[in-house]
Amino acid sequence: MTTAEVPAVSQGQGPNEFGYLEFSLGEFRFSRDEYFAYITWPTGRHVMSVDAFLRALQRDVAWEFFYGIVNFDGVLGTVNHYGTVDLFAGRYNDAYRKAELDHVENIDTPVIREMFARMLDNWTNEGFDPFASPQETGSAFGVKHGDNSAAVTRHRVTAKRMVSLPGDEPLRDDASGHPVNRMFADVTQDEPEVYPEPGFEAEVGSFNLFSYLSRSPVTWNPSVVSVCRDSLYCPTTEEYILPIIHGNDRAEWFVQLSDEIIWDVEDRDTGRKRAKVIMKAGDVAAMPSDIRHQGYSPKRSMLLVWENASLKIPQLISSGQFPTQPVEF
Amino acid sequence: MTYVTRLASLDDYEKGGVEVIDDDPKNYAFSNIFEVASRAKPFEQIAVGKNFEYVLEVVRVEGVSGWRACAHDQSALVLEGEVEFTLRTLDGSQNLPPNGSAGVGEEVTGTAMGRVVARRGHLTLLPGGRAYRYGSGRPAVLLIQTVEGVDTQYRWAEICQTA
Repeated sequence: MTTAEVPAVSQGQGPNEFGYLEFSLGEFRFSRDEYFAYITWPTGRHVMSVDAFLRALQRDVAWEFFYGIVNFDGVLGTVNHYGTVDLFAGRYNDAYRKAELDHVENIDTPVIREMFARMLDNWTNEGFDPFASPQETGSAFGVKHGDNSAAVTRHRVTAKRMVSLPGDEPLRDDASGHPVNRMFADVTQDEPEVYPEPGFEAEVGSFNLFSYLSRSPVTWNPSVVSVCRDSLYCPTTEEYILPIIHGNDRAEWFVQLSDEIIWDVEDRDTGRKRAKVIMKAGDVAAMPSDIRHQGYSPKRSMLLVWENASLKIPQLISSGQFPTQPVEF
Repeated sequence: MTYVTRLASLDDYEKGGVEVIDDDPKNYAFSNIFEVASRAKPFEQIAVGKNFEYVLEVVRVEGVSGWRACAHDQSALVLEGEVEFTLRTLDGSQNLPPNGSAGVGEEVTGTAMGRVVARRGHLTLLPGGRAYRYGSGRPAVLLIQTVEGVDTQYRWAEICQTA
């Protein structure tokens, strides 16, 4: 494995023949043409379909590198160290490791965040929304044409206490540009009956979470709707394939609220297949902290992702002070 | 094409599962909320998820609960039925445990804060430092986001897929 630290970040002098800027971060180089993203590093090279690359990049940027590992595919990805980020190629791929072709660079989070955000914005064409389901967006392909800055910089919901409370994240409705999604047309839109006594409006609160989710314009984008200390409810609507393979640095839990998702589960470090987890409405399952997972949702579904955001967890687990599975019985 | 959103209920749920390739299904603590609730007694707080001190509790609501309170915020998601939540201030004499909810007696004499009538899919705040109770005329199901407390029950071997 090769490693480097404190990498330089740069951007090409001007657009390439397809109209796109080229970027470098340390010894990684990123370029795209009409169909593909190309990534090179001192010991190797990689190519991805550019729509898949942008969908993964969008999530890495919007989620601030998320919890643990964001694998763009079986080769490329990032590891969040909460202040710095590892950008890697082949680090969690058994074949690359054995061939010593993998490469890792550790980068201050603001540096990689800024570079990834500029690449995402430059490489996303007008009409393509990396967060939308494939049936609800235009094409990522072709020579550079326009941009979709509004989509790639959209606000991520992070409630401080609970959505709908005064001063917190607002509800969604037609007027705010959140129509009910075509696959959730049958979801009941009634709101709870809330009767606060005067002076208690900030504490007596409730909202229709299912309606809220039915109006989400994006897919595979967990967003915080309620908070109990470090316990975060991060529901999301899922359709087609999770555009990343999420490698856990802590256990996370899934509560399937509607429909069905099939999860492919692999060993986090090698990619060895471990299980398939079939989740139907009402099912609850943990994703242990030593796996990586990717979901498939045939119909748009509602998934409650439940996270523990405590910063102490990765060290407790990696040091062996806490087991990789969240409960033992 | 007309799409049908598949929800579940006490009388109509279909459980998925873990299909093992090279693993132990217990690592996934796989259960189903409606299966757990169908076997629960009213107002038992049965953990279906645990992440360090935090838990997700399933509660079968049938009748009216006792008054409870909690030092921190919780939330309650109705997954079946209709549940009425009533909230009051505490009168100051109750010592709340630092984690999780606890019963605070049959009567709470604090100021009425209000009430919420919630149905399937509705998420309700149970504010920290306040008293609440909830009830339903017919079996309902709640999923509560909280911290493990004195009344949290663990039945992993009974509720989870083991093979």
